[in-house]
Amino acid sequence: MSTMKNMVDWIDERFPLTKVWNEHLAQYYAPKNFNFWYFMGSLAMLVLVNQILTGIWLAMSYKPDADLAFGSVEYIMRDVDWGWLIRYLHSTGASAFFIVIYLHMFRGLIYGSYRKPRELLWIIGVIIYLAMMATAFFGYLLPWGQMSYWGAQVIVNLFSAVPVVGEELGVWIRGDYVISDATLNRFFALHFLLPFLLAALVFVHIVALHKVGSNNPDGIEIKKGLKGNKWSDSAPADGIPFHPYYSVKDIAGVAGFLFLFAAAVFFAPEMGGYFIEHPNFEPANPLKTPEHIAPVWYFTPFYAILRAVPSIAGSAFPGVVAMGASIVIMFFLPWLDRSPVKSIRYKGPIFKIAIAIFVVAFIMLGYLGTQPTTDLYKLLAQIGTVAYFLFFLLMPIYSKLDKTKPVPERVTK
Amino acid sequence: MKKLIVAFLLAAAPVLGLAAGGGAHLDKANIDLGDKASLQRGAKLFVNYCLSCHSAKYQRYNRMAKDLGMTEEEVKENLMFTTDKIGDTMQIAMAEEDAAAWFGTAPPDLSVITRARGVDWIYTYLRSFYLDESRPFGVNNVVFPDVGMPNVLWQLQGSQRAVFQDHDGQKVFEKFELVDPGTMSPEQFDGAVRDLTAFLSYVGEPIQMERKRLGVWVLLFIAVFFVFAYMLKKEYWKDVH
Repeated sequence: MSTMKNMVDWIDERFPLTKVWNEHLAQYYAPKNFNFWYFMGSLAMLVLVNQILTGIWLAMSYKPDADLAFGSVEYIMRDVDWGWLIRYLHSTGASAFFIVIYLHMFRGLIYGSYRKPRELLWIIGVIIYLAMMATAFFGYLLPWGQMSYWGAQVIVNLFSAVPVVGEELGVWIRGDYVISDATLNRFFALHFLLPFLLAALVFVHIVALHKVGSNNPDGIEIKKGLKGNKWSDSAPADGIPFHPYYSVKDIAGVAGFLFLFAAAVFFAPEMGGYFIEHPNFEPANPLKTPEHIAPVWYFTPFYAILRAVPSIAGSAFPGVVAMGASIVIMFFLPWLDRSPVKSIRYKGPIFKIAIAIFVVAFIMLGYLGTQPTTDLYKLLAQIGTVAYFLFFLLMPIYSKLDKTKPVPERVTK
Repeated sequence: MKKLIVAFLLAAAPVLGLAAGGGAHLDKANIDLGDKASLQRGAKLFVNYCLSCHSAKYQRYNRMAKDLGMTEEEVKENLMFTTDKIGDTMQIAMAEEDAAAWFGTAPPDLSVITRARGVDWIYTYLRSFYLDESRPFGVNNVVFPDVGMPNVLWQLQGSQRAVFQDHDGQKVFEKFELVDPGTMSPEQFDGAVRDLTAFLSYVGEPIQMERKRLGVWVLLFIAVFFVFAYMLKKEYWKDVH
């Protein structure tokens, strides 16, 4: 034991090991009333690690070459020891990442985790979400199936819809006039790079979180409340040390998550065509456009918004702007909410109705994005798009009008 | 709050139920990948009837031998016609350009065809060729109209005619009528196509049976682990409450 202590002392004189451990784990006081929604942050980190590790091992056998890519994925599935498992962990992990992050963002939305003093924390989160989308988009081209190819074609064409410089921009992104071997090579390079940036952003996200402290389901600032708990006289009364209390709780959460995750990996890795789309088992064919091109499920709400907006003078640019705006608007959320309370628990009926409409609109848009357009679907997508934007744009008004309940001094159980 | 969400989801449910169908009606393949004899019969049909035009270029013969419960000698003698190396994949001799010239389009590789199309599609497609004088090979297909492929299984199936009904000027397929019986009865033929479909499903993902077998153990382990993790959490949290 004393050898251990000597070693830690030796390190502490040269690197703040004990200090970091205490500040971020053993003496980091988190509110004691976290519920189910608060598992998502640690789960998102777990999935990120899974993606990076399985991704590196996939890259050892994958070939970013238009002639070889499709076959190299089948080689991984058949001839590489445990290659099928590594590949399914990665492909299922991509969808799991978005599921976890959507729940994480929704948690922020209902408990007001974006409100002062956590505006920057939220903004870093939105940047992480954008980096995730870029990573997923680049990665989806790599299997070089029909949906990989035509999905990338559709998305890159969005940039080509930009007036004046669009054509040039499209060629610059693709490195060619069509999606080709050159595109595959650069997408592979970027797909390999971005996850490390993502990890760095997650680090910044956590640094920001530990500066302001975690929000909680009551939206009460425990740092401003009563001081003193059984671990420390100066710590918030409603706080508990992250380690060991939340570390052991998160382990149980991880087990619960892994059960569902493994069920998907081992029993439904295609998830009925949602995690791996059926047409992606046909090799990319630049001469054969599929009847119906649908992005993977996690992009479909935004794809539905894109298609819902009518073209002007034959240009799809307005749709592209709407799609971009649907994400950019998230950056402004901290300043759109004027409610005197943070958490949905103390907000009034208007907010509850607004967020219910928002959730239904988002899910409906997600479904519509997977379907071919019909007149009815287009109308529904337009309604969904309007609902999506009004949730944000009208927030300064309805959040002020809403009847709120008094917020208690201490967190509730 | 929760009631509200449920109410809204219910309100949206009819909309979500409008999922477009499209395409021909597909019969259920009802394959059984645990039935090795069925897979072996399917393999035999595949190498005899498909593997001259269609490759399965990611499937190795020795892997098939192992997975389907055959010795390498049995495979070499009965199922290997295009190579003499047991570690080779199921390639074909036909050049792609020739194939494109003969059939209009090169026959696709069938390694992952069941994953692209689904087993029900394959099962129905192979049983849906009908006589049509207007087509180069004299047959057409209900599931894949104007397909370039001839009915290679005609000796087994015989020839059938398709009966269409007129629905507001649109030809809607109703049923098949057997014109010339083949060497198999319709029931036998359905069984043979089921075997072939099962084999193609196996080829699509050779690991799939093993994957599910392992999955049971993985889930059991995680379930037990969860119980211990939960008890550990309960124990620690006694301090908090």
